[in-house]
Amino acid sequence: MSLRIVVTVKYVPDATGDRHFADDLTVDRDDVDGLLSELDEYAVEQALQIAEDADDAEVTVLTVGPEDAKDALRKALSMGADKAIHVEDEDLHGTDVIGTSLVLAKAIEKAGYDLVISGMASTDGTAGVVPALLAERLGVPQVTLLSEVSVEDGIVSGRRDGDAASEQLEASLPAVVSVTDQSGEARYPSFKGIMAAKKKPVQAWDLSDLDIDAGEVGLEGSCTKVDAVAARPARTAGTIVKDEGEGGKQLAEFLASQKFI
Amino acid sequence: MAEVLVYVDHAGGVVRKPTLELLTLARRIGEPVAVALGAGGADTAATLAEHGAVRVLTHDAAEYADYLVVPKVDALQAAYEAVSPAAVLVPSSAEGKEIAARLALRIGSGVITDAIDVEASEEGPVATQSVFAASFTTTSRVIKGTPVITVKPNSAAVEAAPAAGAVEALNVSFSQKATGTKVTSRTPRESTGRPELTEAAIVVSGGRGVNGAENFAIIEALADSLGAAVGASRAAVDAGWYPHTNQVGQTGKSVSPQLYIASGISGAIQHRAGMQTSKTIVAINKDAEAPIFDLVDYGVVGDLFDVVPQLTEEINTRKG
Ligand SMILES: Cc1cc2nc3c(=O)[nH]c(=O)nc-3n(C[C@H](O)[C@H](O)[C@H](O)COP(=O)(O)OP(=O)(O)OC[C@H]3O[C@@H](n4cnc5c(N)ncnc54)[C@H](O)[C@@H]3O)c2cc1C
Ligand SMILES: Nc1ncnc2c1ncn2[C@@H]1O[C@H](COP(=O)(O)O)[C@@H](O)[C@H]1O
Repeated sequence: MSLRIVVTVKYVPDATGDRHFADDLTVDRDDVDGLLSELDEYAVEQALQIAEDADDAEVTVLTVGPEDAKDALRKALSMGADKAIHVEDEDLHGTDVIGTSLVLAKAIEKAGYDLVISGMASTDGTAGVVPALLAERLGVPQVTLLSEVSVEDGIVSGRRDGDAASEQLEASLPAVVSVTDQSGEARYPSFKGIMAAKKKPVQAWDLSDLDIDAGEVGLEGSCTKVDAVAARPARTAGTIVKDEGEGGKQLAEFLASQKFI
Repeated sequence: MAEVLVYVDHAGGVVRKPTLELLTLARRIGEPVAVALGAGGADTAATLAEHGAVRVLTHDAAEYADYLVVPKVDALQAAYEAVSPAAVLVPSSAEGKEIAARLALRIGSGVITDAIDVEASEEGPVATQSVFAASFTTTSRVIKGTPVITVKPNSAAVEAAPAAGAVEALNVSFSQKATGTKVTSRTPRESTGRPELTEAAIVVSGGRGVNGAENFAIIEALADSLGAAVGASRAAVDAGWYPHTNQVGQTGKSVSPQLYIASGISGAIQHRAGMQTSKTIVAINKDAEAPIFDLVDYGVVGDLFDVVPQLTEEINTRKG
């Protein structure tokens, strides 16, 4: 039986660009260049490696996002994923993590899966909770924040490097995994991969395909509300000195003046 | 007065500082009721009482150590049902966020992660977050169910506020899913004797400019002269010069100390994401154009191999 892997990937505004909010206080995804979240490239990489090691496996990449999110899927396909699902619906605008996890979970169930692999966090929202929410919704084990992962005989195992300890984890499939940026560099798409990706299928689903009411998602269905957004005031320009042999002492003087010494 | 659930992060009964900060925030909203799970839970009571916990709910079972996350969600849900709190506050560790999110989903609530402040308001608790690599500050609220909010370390002062802190046994029955993910082995981190990175008042970090694992000794010497924690950029971590647990930034730790000293770090957006909210920022870099200098209160353009040892020596001399 083939191993069905679904990788959740998010299309995010480029962190090195000018990220900002739209008038309705949602993340502006129209005016800013976007890309496949770098942290989700690690998820795609681990999915491809697990698939390569399996006798028979299929990697599906799944995104919930606006029209342009296709770019993220295309990138993942050119890395080597087999097919893609794009969930897009006007009513999704402004969905929070609880709503996003609902849409992803429904889509994952509809697609069919043995293993879900997510990134450790999205680079825009940075909550790092969607994988745990998917496990809760799907009713399967969560094996998250792994810096090493492998699948053998229907068991997923991996290492979770936490603050207090490093843990070795194990669970039976089906399961939800998330991987960190310590799990291994993601491959670059090859020319061949980029060409092949153009022919790979991208399925489009909307909320009605997933039997989700508009009221459960979007700004309307959101369980949280942003009241205000303010640009962080620019830090006042500091003192900058050039080291002419006394730089360390001058710095000590500054630290003393601020009562750190 | 309404009660507020506070999830206690502790190591064998020793309460970690971020939990005490949560008690300060919880007292703005109502009376803190602490939930301390696992071995040593009851030993936390004295400290929690000193900082405002009116009750301390405890429960110990092997499941907390042997299985990932879900047993703790089951217990926090049991506490939620027993207390009917006005809000649930959880420390923003990787695990804390996962517990909080799953609880929120179960109880039909919204969740806010990584708050840096929480205030009471007529419309419920208002959480402040710092987003997009700390370039924006937002305030938001949970508008469905009981607010579940995770709070970052160093978000509030630890305050003494003596309360009863009565220990009560929590009744927990684990869900079928609790034993889904087995922890087959655990290697505790060795303590360096230095302060915890996310809790430290001063953080001294080194980057690619440190140029070698052995050279991190000069960063550590500076840190020790100030009683500081040691941080590293991802470039230094990826090069294998310093452990990943010390990485500061988007995919490492996010720190907000009184003083942050960056040596040989350029100041990429992903690094800034983890340190930009520090109160005072100091940098040493030989490139006057390095973006880190846009953030500093005091910067030295120079070679860190000259400046850092001189600084360390001067600090040690001044301390006598
Ligand atoms: C998804 C993603 C997540 C990331 N997460 C993180 C993260 O969590 N943390 C993080 O730090 N980075 C992160 N990065 C990487 C980040 O983009 C930078 O590559 C990294 O921060 C660079 O580290 P650095 O400043 O040490 O190295 P460099 O950018 O190479 O800078 C080295 C600096 O040292 C100076 N220098 C060299 N020699 C000396 C000397 N002798 N004396 C004084 N100065 C000297 C140089 O002038 C230079 O400015 C992430 C990137 C991505 C894409
Ligand atoms: N809109 C989305 N579409 C697909 N995957 C997502 C989406 N949002 C979050 N994810 C996945 O969940 C992970 C954690 O996201 P977050 O909890 O938002 O930080 C990401 O790395 C993705 O794998």
